[in-house]
Amino acid sequence: MKLTSMKDAIAKYIRDGDTISIEGFTAFICFSAAHEIIRQKRKDLTLCRMTPDLIYDQMVAAGCARKLVFSYLGNPGVGSLHCIRRAVEKGIPEELSIEEYSHFGMVSRYMAGAAKIPFYPLQSYYGSDLDEANPKIKYVDNPYGDGQIAVVPALNPDVAIIHAQRSDAQGNTQLWGLLGMQKEVAFAAHQLIVVVEEIVDEEVIRSDPNRTIIPHMIVDAVVHQPFGAHPSYVQGYYDRDNVFYLAWDKISRDEKETAEWLAEWVYGVDDWPGYLNKLQEQEPDIWDRLSPGEAFSQPVNYGSYT
Amino acid sequence: MPEYTPSEMMVVTAARALQNDKVVFVGVGMPNIACNLARRTVSPELELVYESGVFGAKPARLPLSIGDPTLVSGAASVCPMPNLFMHYLQGGRIEVAFLGAAQIDRHGNLNTTVIGDYQTPKVRLPGSGGACEIAIHAQKIYIITRLSRRVFVEQLDFITSPGHLDGSPGLRQKLGMRGMGPQLVVTDKGTFSFDSKSGEMTLKTIHPGVDLEEIQAEIGWKIRTAKSLTETPTPNNEELRIIREELDPDGIYTSK
Repeated sequence: MKLTSMKDAIAKYIRDGDTISIEGFTAFICFSAAHEIIRQKRKDLTLCRMTPDLIYDQMVAAGCARKLVFSYLGNPGVGSLHCIRRAVEKGIPEELSIEEYSHFGMVSRYMAGAAKIPFYPLQSYYGSDLDEANPKIKYVDNPYGDGQIAVVPALNPDVAIIHAQRSDAQGNTQLWGLLGMQKEVAFAAHQLIVVVEEIVDEEVIRSDPNRTIIPHMIVDAVVHQPFGAHPSYVQGYYDRDNVFYLAWDKISRDEKETAEWLAEWVYGVDDWPGYLNKLQEQEPDIWDRLSPGEAFSQPVNYGSYT
Repeated sequence: MPEYTPSEMMVVTAARALQNDKVVFVGVGMPNIACNLARRTVSPELELVYESGVFGAKPARLPLSIGDPTLVSGAASVCPMPNLFMHYLQGGRIEVAFLGAAQIDRHGNLNTTVIGDYQTPKVRLPGSGGACEIAIHAQKIYIITRLSRRVFVEQLDFITSPGHLDGSPGLRQKLGMRGMGPQLVVTDKGTFSFDSKSGEMTLKTIHPGVDLEEIQAEIGWKIRTAKSLTETPTPNNEELRIIREELDPDGIYTSK
């Protein structure tokens, strides 16, 4: 049985010192998994994400991370990630080493990881200092013509955590909206936890196979966690809580305020439903505010070939 | 002549520059407003592309980030990020892209990575995101930024995104870059193009009420000026109405 609680999934699959990817480009960022990792006090993790976002800012502040692998270190649309900056600039709460790429570089690393090849070629980094800052960015001769091409190494995380709209109990997972790198990361990882807003019958999945980005065979655990990506968003389910993204800018500037926030909102609750209850106590209409309304796609005919 | 803010001037100037373009790679903030303004005015056919994987976006509200869900609903296509970077960008399908920077030098090279030394940074900035490869592959790069001595520097602390490098003719092509590099810089005091031989930033137009000394004072090197220096055309009433009523009603990006 793959269907399990977040608590058990994190306890079973995430080990101190692991390399993990909790991906999702602005959307589908699984904060519910990150908070559970913080509560279970995992440490020395290598955290990989194209955009570390608030999720890794919180994990770094909580002392979970030893290293960060990334391509854009900002609070998207707002400004800086202050906790990560404190770690990089001042070693607070502890030293954090970094391994930096561009977006295309991280995309290519996951592609190589998913395809189980040692590296991936891309036309980038020419004339930039990024290849000096990161010696893992290399160049190889074009074996079929002139010149050289940049290459980056495969990225195969020990564990990936992917959030999506829905799956069946076996883990056949459907996602729509910003596809990001969700499929590639899922195939690149050695172990995969899928977290979904809804568990649906297998026949719902099979009625629309083009929408399935992850097949059950690569899924190790399925966690049903409604609203599990807040303050990030899930297309068609709830909007991004931009109010919180702006609020975090202020909270995270101060080390003490950050610690207090973690104490109240992460350590101070037992699990994600506890966090959701607190959210609703603070703002009873929060899910009305974040409701996206409706815009349905037109059904398509797959045909019945009996 | 209607009253306008410096940032409205920047947005309108950038939007008008898109008059003959069909496919633009959009960033958040002022570029986003400029591209949406261009679609409503000089370039109705303009297709908006976002690095989050969206082609042909029709945002119904002002997106706070390039991954806003409003970019998805009603778009012509949403693709996985490998397709966006490999097929759209590396495949040469992007005509023009907007980039910003914490530092820019006379050849349009851009730094968004670090102030100070990379290993022991004074200020750690967000880094490349897609900017490095956008600078390499988009056919043209437009830059929007306010003039400031902190930004327009003689020497970058770090090259994140290559512009015209050291200015040597043909160096971009020799290194395998297919895009033409930076073509336009829109600021709050004037606009700049790049000299076709030396790749050097060249003052092309000055905004009304600004003089040359004021511009030079904000730039860390002796600025080249075009032989035919002209005044930048100002926003019209309709452009200002669209910005204030439709694109940025709360004045988040354009009130100053």
